[in-house]
Formats: sequence, structure tokens, C-alpha cells
Amino acid sequence: MLDTFIQMFSYSFMLRAVIVGVLVALCSALLGVTLVLKRYSMIGDGLSHVGFGALCLALAMNVAPLAISVPVVVIAAFLLLRISENSKIKGDAAIALISSTALALGIIVTSMTTGINSDVNGYMFGSILAMSTTDVYVSIILSAFVLVLYVVFYNKIFAVTFDENFARATGTKTGMYNTLVSLLTAITIVIGMRIMGAMLISSLIIFPALTSMRVCRSFKSVVVTSAIVSIICFFIGLFISFAFSMPAGASVVAVNAITFGIFSILGIAKRKLS
Amino acid sequence: MKLIDCQNVYMNYDSTKAVNGVSFSVDSGDFLCIVGENGTGKSTLLKGILGLQKVNSGTITFTGIVNKEIGYLPQKTAVQKDFPASVREVVLSGCQSRGFRLFYTSADRKKAQKNIELLGIDGIKNKPFNELSGGQQQRVLLARALCATDKLLLLDEPTTGLDPFVTAELYRIVDELNKKHGVAVVMVTHDLKNSVQYANKILCMEHDGDFFGTVDEYMKTPAARMIFGGGTNA
Ligand SMILES: Nc1ncnc2c1ncn2[C@@H]1O[C@H](COP(=O)(O)OP(=O)(O)OP(=O)(O)O)[C@@H](O)[C@H]1O
Ligand SMILES: [Mg+2]
Repeated sequence: MLDTFIQMFSYSFMLRAVIVGVLVALCSALLGVTLVLKRYSMIGDGLSHVGFGALCLALAMNVAPLAISVPVVVIAAFLLLRISENSKIKGDAAIALISSTALALGIIVTSMTTGINSDVNGYMFGSILAMSTTDVYVSIILSAFVLVLYVVFYNKIFAVTFDENFARATGTKTGMYNTLVSLLTAITIVIGMRIMGAMLISSLIIFPALTSMRVCRSFKSVVVTSAIVSIICFFIGLFISFAFSMPAGASVVAVNAITFGIFSILGIAKRKLS
Repeated sequence: MKLIDCQNVYMNYDSTKAVNGVSFSVDSGDFLCIVGENGTGKSTLLKGILGLQKVNSGTITFTGIVNKEIGYLPQKTAVQKDFPASVREVVLSGCQSRGFRLFYTSADRKKAQKNIELLGIDGIKNKPFNELSGGQQQRVLLARALCATDKLLLLDEPTTGLDPFVTAELYRIVDELNKKHGVAVVMVTHDLKNSVQYANKILCMEHDGDFFGTVDEYMKTPAARMIFGGGTNA
């Protein structure tokens, strides 16, 4: 086991996957708490489909994947927020509309050009081979941006998540913070979906928050626990994927699901005992 | 000095009229009670003042005060049942509203602690907010509102769900803030007896027209005579 572990880090592609993966796990766990509590968890799912469409487009046009998908997904995030705030179309319906349209576009573009090849498959279900060195640097910079903004605005994010009306009534620009959260989510998803896959990245946002909410009862403890749980689950998932040659995204999600089960039991036990 | 001046304010929800041409003003140091039947637009008016809801016509002018300096206790707070937040976190978030902070300052923490003690929730400050009783939650939200202001408190039926002892205590606290610390108070309430005891001005909103004036003037209106009996002020 230890051998496998050491071996895992001797591959530079694994090292790249670990660096990016841990950063994404951290960012998505932090944002996930807010998204889940605001009942916006489906936004992650919608944006990842948009990201898939963008990646297919980048592949067809033969340009760097991040160069296309970051702006496209960020724009989609703004659109989704606007639609769910202002119009008569309900938020979840708007997400379904945009995400299935983007998915359809991606598949049409793909079938007209390359066809469903291993690259496209990688976008769907993730690939740890996906990251180039440039991607790693870009990912590090983007994740640092997400983390710094989250820490700087932590108290505001709590206030807006807990009671948006009070925050707005007492002079906080809630629209700006909602926009910030969806911007950060968009960036996190674009970075993460290369490893996790478009179909699975949203679980990285939802699981850690729900898992820690089984046991923790204050906002700060939920945020901290989510971050820790997310990173540990990612590590274990990646290790399993390496040791048993399974797709990384799927193993990480499976580990998250098991952890969720364990925390649910712990939560019940805690309530019984107290 | 005038803090808020409302002139001829009309507000509606789609086709329902909610506020019909209300005019009143709040000066610094005022204790204004807004009374009136259910559904006459008291809560809606507060939301209009706070910019939570569109004002269809008329003007609301602020002088010497901005939204950031207002403390607000909503009539209903839609906090999710499973929201993980401790009482302390909720109260502290009131301090947050006054400008940008990376972290809470020790002055913020002291203020939060003071208000926690003031409202008698020191014993439950580490408990999760969503596991408190309705009255306990009300006290927490009131403590949060107190953290948010030194100038103006807008309270929408703050005593709903509080036991008589805490209700009396709440009036005492608000009165002290008003008289000793010069915090202007606007309180929506159905508790006429306490209103006329503590307030200096009354805004009475009824379906057939409003009254705005001092407590003494209010006592002379037919409505007040009917409630308090003709003789109290004669
Ligand atoms: N969200 C809403 N959508 C549509 N109409 C509303 C809404 N909220 C209030 N109203 C209507 O606006 C009018 C004023 O409501 P408001 O809540 O301001 O009354 P209120 O004076 O605060 O009453 P109460 O004493 O019961 O709290 C009522 O006729 C009500 O039906
Ligand atoms: Mg009301």
C-alpha cells in the first residue's frame, strides 16, 4: 500500500492532478456550503454542462480549453443568476434550459468535427491525464483567487447566506455578493471538471457541505469541516483510482458518498447521546 | 433633526394596494409607534423605507443617516430550518452590516456580547439558532438588530412570541436605548397600551385614512377614545 502511495507521486501527471484536485476540492467545498444553503446547488450542475459544451467547442476549434471555457461558463453563471432573480422562469427550470442546450450544442459540434473520441469522453467523465503544466499554473492562480476572495468576504457571505433581506436592509450590496459567489463557482467548476468530469464535478460542491451539516451546527464549523472532508475524500478517491485503475472522478464521488453515510450515522448518534 | 421624511408614499403588490399615501417623519431621538389593523401596510411601509420593496409614488428622504446605520427586526425571518449557525454568529452578523470588515474587531465582539447579555441569551449563545424556541429566536434577531445601529432601529412587531416578562424587559431596553443612548426607534406594534406609554409619536394606519402626530394628539382622536375610553385624556 505504501509502495503504491509512493509510486503514485512518482508520476508527474499524478502530481499535477493532486495539486489541482486538492485546490478544487477546497474551493468547491467552501462555495458549496453557501450554494447548498441558498438552494442553488443545481447551479453547479448547470454550469458544468455549459463547461462541457465550451470544452467541445475548444476542441473543435483547436484552442486551449481553459481559454474558451472560463469566459463562457462565467457568462453563463451571470445569466443564470439574472434569470433566476428577475424573470418568471423559476431558477431550477432556467438551469435545466441552459444546461441541456449547452450540452446539445457541445454534442452537435463534436459530431460534426472530431466525433466522440477519448478527449470528449475525458470531458464527460474526467481524466487525471488531462492537466498540462500550463493548466496547473492557471489552476493555481484561479484557485488562489477563489480562496482569497472567499476568506476576505467570509463574514459578508455568511450574512447574505443567512438572511439576505436583513443584509440588504442594512446596506449590504447583496447582489454583488451573489454575483461574486456565482463567479467563483464558475471558475471552480471549469478548473475541476477536467479531472472530475462534467457529469461529476457538481457532486464535489454538494457532498462536502451536506456531509458536514450532518454533524456540525455552526456555520464556521460547517465550512471548516467541509474543506477538510473534501480534501481527504479527494485524496482517498484519487489513491483508489490509481491503485485499482478506476476513473478518478467516479472514485472521488464514491468516497464522498460513503463519507456522507458515515457522517449521517455520526449525526444521529450525536443527537441520541446529547 | 429629521432622519427620515416620508411624503405621500404609495406602495402596492402587483394589483393589491398596500400603502396608501402615508406621510410622516422621524426625528432623531423619536420613539415612533406604528399601529393599525392587520393588513393596513405597516410591514410594507418599513420595507419601503429600507429599500426592500419598490415605492410606487411619493418620496422617502433620509438625512444624516444611511441604510448601513439602521438596525432592522423583520416581522418574519425566513431562515431555513436546517441552517447551521450559532446564536453568536447570528448576533455578530449584525455588526457586519456597518461597512466592510475582514474580521470582526474586538469592539464588534464586545458590542455583540453586550447585546447578548442585554437580551438574556448568554446561556444559549453557542447553541444552533434553528434549535431555539420562537421567542428565543426573536431575542437573537433583536440582539442582531441592536448590533447594527447606534442611530435608528426599525422593529416590526418585536414582542411577537415573547413571554410577558421579556416583553416588559424589551420595552425597557428599547426605551433605555432611546432615552439614554439617543437611538431613534420606529416600532410596529399592536400593543396600544405600551405604545402610548413609551412612544412620543404615533402613526396609526387604517383602511379609511391615517393619523400621524404626537401621543397627546393621538389620544384625542375618536379611535383612541374608543379604545382607551373617553375620559383618559380629557
Ligand atoms: N408578499 C405579498 N404579496 C402580495 N400582497 C401582499 C404581500 N405582503 C402583503 N401583502 C398585502 O399588502 C397589504 C399590507 O400588508 P402588510 O404586511 O404590510 O400589513 P401589516 O399592516 O404589516 O399587517 P399585520 O398587522 O398583519 O402585520 C395586505 O393587504 C396584504 O394582503
Ligand atoms: Mg406586519
